[in-house]
Amino acid sequence: MTVSLVLVVVMAVLIACGVYLLLERSLTRVVLGFLLIGNGMNLLILIMGGRAGLAPIFDASIDPVEYNDPLPQALILTAIVITFAVSAFLLALIYRSWRLANGDDIADDADDIALRTGTRVVPLEEASIDIGDTEFPVEVQR
Amino acid sequence: MLIVLLVFAVASVALVPLARRLKTRVFWVAAVVPLGAFVHTLLQAPAVLSQSAAALPLERYSWITELQMTLDVRMDTLSWVLALIVTGIGSLVMFYCGSYFRDDEPGLGRFAAVLLAFAGAMYGLVLADDVYLLFIFWEATSVFSYLLIGHYTHRRSSRGAALQALVTTTLGGLAMLVGLVLLAVQAGTSNLTVILADLPAGPLTTTAIMLVLVGALSKSAIVPLHFWLPGAMAAPTPVSAYLHAAAMVKAGIYLLARFAPAAVDVPGWREVLVVLGLATLFLGGWVALKQTDLKLLLAYGTVSQLGFLVVITGFGTRDAALAAIVYLLAHALFKAALFLIVGIIDHEAGTRDLRKLSGLGRRSPWLAGITVIVLASMAGLPPVIGFVAKESVLHALLVAAQGGGETPLDAAGQAWGAVALVGVVLGSALTVAYSIRFFWGAFARKPDVADITALKVVSRRFVLAPAALAVASLALGPLAGPVDTAVAGYPALFAEASDSAYHLALWHGLTPELGLSALAIALGALLFIARTPFARLQARVSRNYTASDGYWGTLGALDKVAVRVTGVTQRGSLPFYLGVILVVFITVLSVGLVMSDSWPSELRVWDHPAQLAVGVVMIVAAVAATRAQKRFAALVVVGVTGFGMSALFAMQGAPDLALTQILVEVVTLIAFVLVLRRLPARIGDANGSTHRLLRASIGIGVGAVVALTAIVVTGARIEAPISLQWPALAYELGHGSNVVNVALVDLRGWDTFGELAVVIAAATGVASLLFLSGRGDSTPRLNRAEVKQRIRARLDRIREQGSEGELRNAWILAGPTLDPRHRSILLEVVVRLIFHAIIVLWLYLLFAGHNLPGGGFAGGLVAGLALVARYLAGGRYELEAAVPVRAGSILGTGLIIAAGTAAAPLLLGGAPLASTYWEGQLWLLGEVSFVTSTIFDVGVYLIVVGLILDVLRSLGSEVDRQGGDELAPAGRGGTAATGVTS
Repeated sequence: MTVSLVLVVVMAVLIACGVYLLLERSLTRVVLGFLLIGNGMNLLILIMGGRAGLAPIFDASIDPVEYNDPLPQALILTAIVITFAVSAFLLALIYRSWRLANGDDIADDADDIALRTGTRVVPLEEASIDIGDTEFPVEVQR
Repeated sequence: MLIVLLVFAVASVALVPLARRLKTRVFWVAAVVPLGAFVHTLLQAPAVLSQSAAALPLERYSWITELQMTLDVRMDTLSWVLALIVTGIGSLVMFYCGSYFRDDEPGLGRFAAVLLAFAGAMYGLVLADDVYLLFIFWEATSVFSYLLIGHYTHRRSSRGAALQALVTTTLGGLAMLVGLVLLAVQAGTSNLTVILADLPAGPLTTTAIMLVLVGALSKSAIVPLHFWLPGAMAAPTPVSAYLHAAAMVKAGIYLLARFAPAAVDVPGWREVLVVLGLATLFLGGWVALKQTDLKLLLAYGTVSQLGFLVVITGFGTRDAALAAIVYLLAHALFKAALFLIVGIIDHEAGTRDLRKLSGLGRRSPWLAGITVIVLASMAGLPPVIGFVAKESVLHALLVAAQGGGETPLDAAGQAWGAVALVGVVLGSALTVAYSIRFFWGAFARKPDVADITALKVVSRRFVLAPAALAVASLALGPLAGPVDTAVAGYPALFAEASDSAYHLALWHGLTPELGLSALAIALGALLFIARTPFARLQARVSRNYTASDGYWGTLGALDKVAVRVTGVTQRGSLPFYLGVILVVFITVLSVGLVMSDSWPSELRVWDHPAQLAVGVVMIVAAVAATRAQKRFAALVVVGVTGFGMSALFAMQGAPDLALTQILVEVVTLIAFVLVLRRLPARIGDANGSTHRLLRASIGIGVGAVVALTAIVVTGARIEAPISLQWPALAYELGHGSNVVNVALVDLRGWDTFGELAVVIAAATGVASLLFLSGRGDSTPRLNRAEVKQRIRARLDRIREQGSEGELRNAWILAGPTLDPRHRSILLEVVVRLIFHAIIVLWLYLLFAGHNLPGGGFAGGLVAGLALVARYLAGGRYELEAAVPVRAGSILGTGLIIAAGTAAAPLLLGGAPLASTYWEGQLWLLGEVSFVTSTIFDVGVYLIVVGLILDVLRSLGSEVDRQGGDELAPAGRGGTAATGVTS
């Protein structure tokens, strides 16, 4: 099977820009990067479908090889809708983040930083076992 | 025997509710169970003593047949003796507990149940004939001992000690498991008797035996894993008497004794055991002489005695085996009794510290008398069983060192025998010394300490258990002959007893071992008399570092390493994690690409020249998106890439995709705008890009790797695609001409079903993030009449103020509810004109989709766009008027329809998602064929509409409401909050 170079290059650029944006701290840019990557991935599946062909509407007189591969098309359709659903969710996250923190950046986790800089102490067990000299310590010698 | 085990299990569970009623008397009930087992075991005596392998009691119960796991229990002499010890001492300790604990002791039921369960587990351990069954009971005893040691749950020392014991014995148990598995795999069976009957020589066997040794030595508190035993003295004294004298620590000795006949030829067996045993013997004795707490003195004494047992058990001659099994018995009897006596002293005098105890002997002479008998057994004084046992040990080692006995040893064995002999004599001296120290510490009157005045009367019932053990020790001494006959089965495994073989007896005449015994006793007495200078010597010599410190140090180091590793890898920054994941992705794929060899031989440049143009536009747009500083600008260029995608789809021959992509892109843009109108225009310096170069290189790397992978993978494809059969399948079986649509609802219907679930989850997520309370269709639901009346009222008010309002019947009802600044007449007119056309369009797309481009997704998106148009024109009240139904209901209905279509064929005997069709002639419409998968499409459609409605309600209406886009009551002239930012 052969590959269409233009499609491959476009896909590579989309994914590269998408990843660049995905590694950002601003959630808005992350969502845009997510959209770009989604488009890039759809293009990847389309490339897997092979050569461009006729639209897959059945006609008895047409050889099945002439159609563009319908299986990747079905998968891409699913992917498009799911990408939309997830990006709607991310948008809701942005909005909520803005309402709560007046900013939409992805903050560092405070607990992890405390662990790394040693400000959070991990308690260790006591290093000696002292059992005292009696098992009934409240016994009073009468 | 299996029945007895079952009784143990059931009884221990039943004890918990009983304890609540009976309080401490529950222990007497509990004591009946091991007593019954003891009697049952005694009754097996004829079968066991018959010395024929076939007559031994053997039970087999098939458990997991696929793994050939059976529950095998077998009682030979060794198991028999140990079972008697475990059950007999178990019942005595239970009985003692009845007097030891108070009625208000917390966790009494739990304690009784776990103690009985422990007795059962121990009983099973010594009887198990299957390697895995043995391990199960082994670990069960570890777990129960953890629960028992930690009985005083509120004391930190108890918890720490319990954990220490658990960790140490379980680690040893794991090593033992590996060894047992190696042996089982090598022998092809998991039956212990079969494995030991024929143990092949070789490195595998040696490794396995050494691993098993690790387990046995950790359980029996041998150097260097001995530190958990003194720590375990945090347990209640009955627990120490049972577990750490008679039962749990004996499990390791039992394992050694069981393996000894077969493993004595394994290189290193005797050497390791003698060395470690002697080390433990000396260490335990040395430290015991420093102790001021009677219980700790006994604990270190136990450690020392266990070392002694290990030396003699692992030695491996017939005489040594006889000595080992007798000493096992003697040790269990005297050690348990001593611990019980310490418990009585603690109970009555309130302290175990020998510096504070004085005059106890005068007050309780009976207790002192019992103690003397038991200590004589420990020190090896006649006429008790301890003396008989010690004599036999010395004899066995002496004979081995001289090269005599049933199986003479080679020179190396003789040397080890000599070493062991010397060590045992010196160790016995230490034992005598701390025995005397115990008696002196507990009972003697010390000149500078006041007498113990506050003493409760020791009830006879309380002293019964140690008294019984003392009587047993005393009685078995003269009965050495019958004892010898009873245990003869075990030494017989090593070598047949010849006529001149050694037999147990109280008096053998003036033999060398008698002299050695006398020597040891004399040395010990001397050590005791010279205790003050000896204590000074000890203080000068000993360091402060103990093996226990090693344990805590290891745990502390483990914690520190864990914190360090976590600190390095978990930096808390999401871009960092993503970056790491992507770098690994690049690396792995690059390696795969470098190693692959299926590069395609030819490349097309394009399928259609227009692809180049569209591609260039998309590339420019994507790069622009990375550099955009304003939110809307970035959004627009990303939208351009989306529209470019749809052009590419159309050129590739995928009309359905192109249609859906355009619609989705529009809806996405609108959703974005709805959110971004509340955010600042510029993305801002607070979120400025950092590490640009690094991120760019990761991005370029990922893009390049994916592109190359696409090229390689398509080049590797040689088979014909299965979708060549799809058009025919779609037409004949699916009754649709649009292959893609048939694929979505029929051929790959489950994919669609999963996608519906994702969509519903996302929709619910959006709603839950926006609505703070309830699914919040809190905007009042209006019907046309109500709204008309409201508007009329408002218009009346406006008219009163003299401004000209819209008096005609407005089709877009809620128009007047918007701030006049936000209304667009053009938009309202256009929406009114095209709305009904849109409705026709989505109906068409839905039902024609089966044969022409369209389908449920496209139809749903178009319907959603119609709703969007109404919302944009009239605000949220308009949306309510357009769709008075809740979004959740629409989603739910769609899911029910889709699920129903999937499940209904099951009821009719077909596969899920199977479809059928009806064809007929309909008046006016001509030939119509209806396929049931269209119903599935309807479900899909409803869900897509529900999603868009949810998005509109949340990101549109709710954001409006939270932003205060209300029209204030007329009369104040209406103030609207800030609206759309440009």
